[in-house]
Amino acid sequence: MKNFVCAALGAVASVSLIANAAAAEVKVGLLLPKSGNYAALGKEIEDGFVMALEDAGMSGDFVLVSEDSEAKPPVGVAKARKLVLQDEVDAMVGIVSSAVLGAVRDFVDGAMVPLVVANAGNDDATGASCSKYIFRVSFSNGQVNRPMGSWMAEQGIKTVYTMAPDYAAGHQMIDAFVESFTKAGGEIVGSEYTPFGKTQDFGPYLTKAKAASPDAIFVFYAGGEAISFVKQYDSFGIKQDIPLYGSGFLTSPLYVAAEGPAAVGVKTSLHYVPTLDTPENKAFVAAFSGKFGRAPSEYAVQGYDAARVLVEAVKAGASDRESIAEALSSVSYTGPRGPLTIDPATHNVVQNIYVYETVADGDALTQKIIGEIGEVRDPANGCNLQ
Amino acid sequence: MVASADFWLTQFLNGLQLSMLLFLLSIGLTIIFGLMHFVNLAHGALYMVGAYAGVSVAASLGNYWAALLAAPLAVMLVGIVLYALVIRRMRRSGPMNQVLVTFGLIFVIVDLVRIVWGDIALGMEQPAILSGPAEMFGVVYPAYRLFIIGVGFVVMVALSLVLSRTQIGAMVRAGVENDAMASCLGINVERLFFVVFCVGCALAGLAGAIAAPAFSATPSMATDILIPTLIVVVIGGLGSLRGAIAGSLIVGFIQTFGAVVLPGLASVLVYVLLATILIFRPVGLLPARS
Repeated sequence: MKNFVCAALGAVASVSLIANAAAAEVKVGLLLPKSGNYAALGKEIEDGFVMALEDAGMSGDFVLVSEDSEAKPPVGVAKARKLVLQDEVDAMVGIVSSAVLGAVRDFVDGAMVPLVVANAGNDDATGASCSKYIFRVSFSNGQVNRPMGSWMAEQGIKTVYTMAPDYAAGHQMIDAFVESFTKAGGEIVGSEYTPFGKTQDFGPYLTKAKAASPDAIFVFYAGGEAISFVKQYDSFGIKQDIPLYGSGFLTSPLYVAAEGPAAVGVKTSLHYVPTLDTPENKAFVAAFSGKFGRAPSEYAVQGYDAARVLVEAVKAGASDRESIAEALSSVSYTGPRGPLTIDPATHNVVQNIYVYETVADGDALTQKIIGEIGEVRDPANGCNLQ
Repeated sequence: MVASADFWLTQFLNGLQLSMLLFLLSIGLTIIFGLMHFVNLAHGALYMVGAYAGVSVAASLGNYWAALLAAPLAVMLVGIVLYALVIRRMRRSGPMNQVLVTFGLIFVIVDLVRIVWGDIALGMEQPAILSGPAEMFGVVYPAYRLFIIGVGFVVMVALSLVLSRTQIGAMVRAGVENDAMASCLGINVERLFFVVFCVGCALAGLAGAIAAPAFSATPSMATDILIPTLIVVVIGGLGSLRGAIAGSLIVGFIQTFGAVVLPGLASVLVYVLLATILIFRPVGLLPARS
C-alpha cells in the first residue's frame, strides 16, 4: 500500500513536472521606440516579430513585455533595467537607435541577459565592444555598404562623390563603402556630411556634388531625409547626368512611395528586398501583406528574424537566459532574406547583400534585384567570442 | 572649390528659396508677437499641419492648386480653434505661462498628426507644370523652387502694401507701436489681434503646403523649423515686416553659403550671429518699436 501511494504520488509529481515544463514560457522584453522619429520603424519591427511567433505556432510559448525606448539613450537604459530587474525577462529584443544600443551595452553584458538587436547598425556592437550576450540579426553599417564599393567598381564606375548625415552611422556607412571602393581602384572626388536631423534643404550640397562631376553619387540617408534627398536630386536635374547609388535605406519600400518617380533608377544595396524570388520570401511576403495590407520592409524582416532566432533557440531546448544565449550563438536557417547565420565569433548576422534598382511598376514602385553578394561576414574588428 | 558663375548663381537661388520659406513663417510669428507680446511656439506645428493638410488634399483631389488653397484655410481653422480654446484665455497670463502652454501645444498637435497620418514621412506630388528643372540664364534650377521664391515675393509685396497703404495696416502698425494708445483711439486691438493671428496661421499653412512637395511631410518638421524661425524673429527685430524680411534673408543666406563654404561650421554660424546680435543689438536689426 505504501509503495502504491509512493508510486502514485511519484506519477502525479512527474505528470505535473511535465505540465510545468510545457507551460514554461519564455518572457521576452521588447525595447522599441514607440514615439519620436523612429516610431514607424519600431512598429514595423514589432509587427514582424509578432507575425514570426504566430507563423511558428509558438505565440503561446512566449510572453511579451513591451517598453518604449523613445530612441533616447537614458530612457532606453531605464527601460532595459525595468525589463531585466522588475519583469525578469529571459531575453530582450529590439533597439532601433545605435545610441541606445551603446548606452545599454554594459548593463546587458553585466546582467547576462541575451539581447537580440533588431536594427541598430553600429559596427562596434559586434566589433570592439561586442558581448557574449548581444546578438544582431539586422545588419552592421559596414556590412551593407562594403560590398557596394567593389560592386560599383566592377560596373566600371571610376569616380564617386559621397554624402551622408553627420553622425556615427553616416560615417561608418560611408567609410565602409570608401574602403572597398578605393581598394578596387575607384577614386573619391569629394564628400560631404550634412548636419544630421537639421537638413531639409539639400540644394547647396547637391549643387556642389554636381559641380564635382563624378561618375556617380553614393549616399546614405534614411526616413524623411531620404525622401527629401531623392526628390531634390531629381528636381535639380542631376538625375540626367549623374546616377545615384546608396545604401538601401535610401529607397526603403517603407517610404519609397513618398519619393515617387524621382526614385526610379536609383541603385542601392541592402540585406533584404521584398521582391526576392525564393519560396521562403514569397510565403513571408504573402503572409505579411495579407495580415497588414502592405509589403514588408527590411525592418519587418529584422523583427521577424529576431523572433525566428528565439524560436529556433527554444526549439533547441533553451529556456533560461544562459541557455538562450548559448543556443543563439549557433542559430542558422534559411529565412525570407536567404541563408542567415549568427557568426559565433562576433554574434553579428552573416547574410547575403542584394543590389537592387528601384523601378516603376505601373503607378507603383518596385525593386529589381541586379546583384547579389553571398554570405557577407564582418571582420572580427577586435572581437573574439570563441 | 568650383567657382564658376553658374555654381554661385544656383547657390544664390538656394539661399533665396530658403529665405522665402523662413519669411512666410516668421512674418506671422513676429507680427503676432509685436502686436500682443504673445509668443506662439506652436507656430512650427501649424506649419506641419499645413504640410499634412496639403498632402491629404492633393492626394484625394489629385490637384495641387486645390491643396495650396485648402491648406492655409485648414490651418487658419485650427488657429481659430486654438484661439478660442487656449490663446484668448492666456492673453494676460504672462510670457512664461504662454511659452509653456504653446510649447505643450506642439506635443499635442504633433501627436494628433501622428495618430491621423502615422509616423512615416509622406510625399506630395509637384504640379506637372512645375516639376523638373527649368533653365534660366543658362542655369538649370528646379522650377518648383523658383515657384517658392515667387510665392514668397508675392506675399512680401502684398503684406507691405497692406501694412503701409491700407487702414487695417495703419491700425496694425498703431497697435504694434503702442497698443494702449491704439485702444484709446477706438481701435479694437483684441479683434485686430485675432485677424492678424488668423493671417499668421494661414501663412504658416501656406508655407507648409509649398514646402511639402520639395521636402516631405514628417512629424519632426514642427520642431525642426521652429528654431530657425525664432532666430529670424530675434535677428530681424520683433513686430516688423522689414525685420522679418531682413532676418529671413540673413539666416537663409548664412545657412546656404555656410554649407557651401564652411561645411563643418554651417550649423554653428547662425547661432554665432544670433549671439552677436543679442549682445550688441538686443532689440534686433529693424525692430518695429524704436
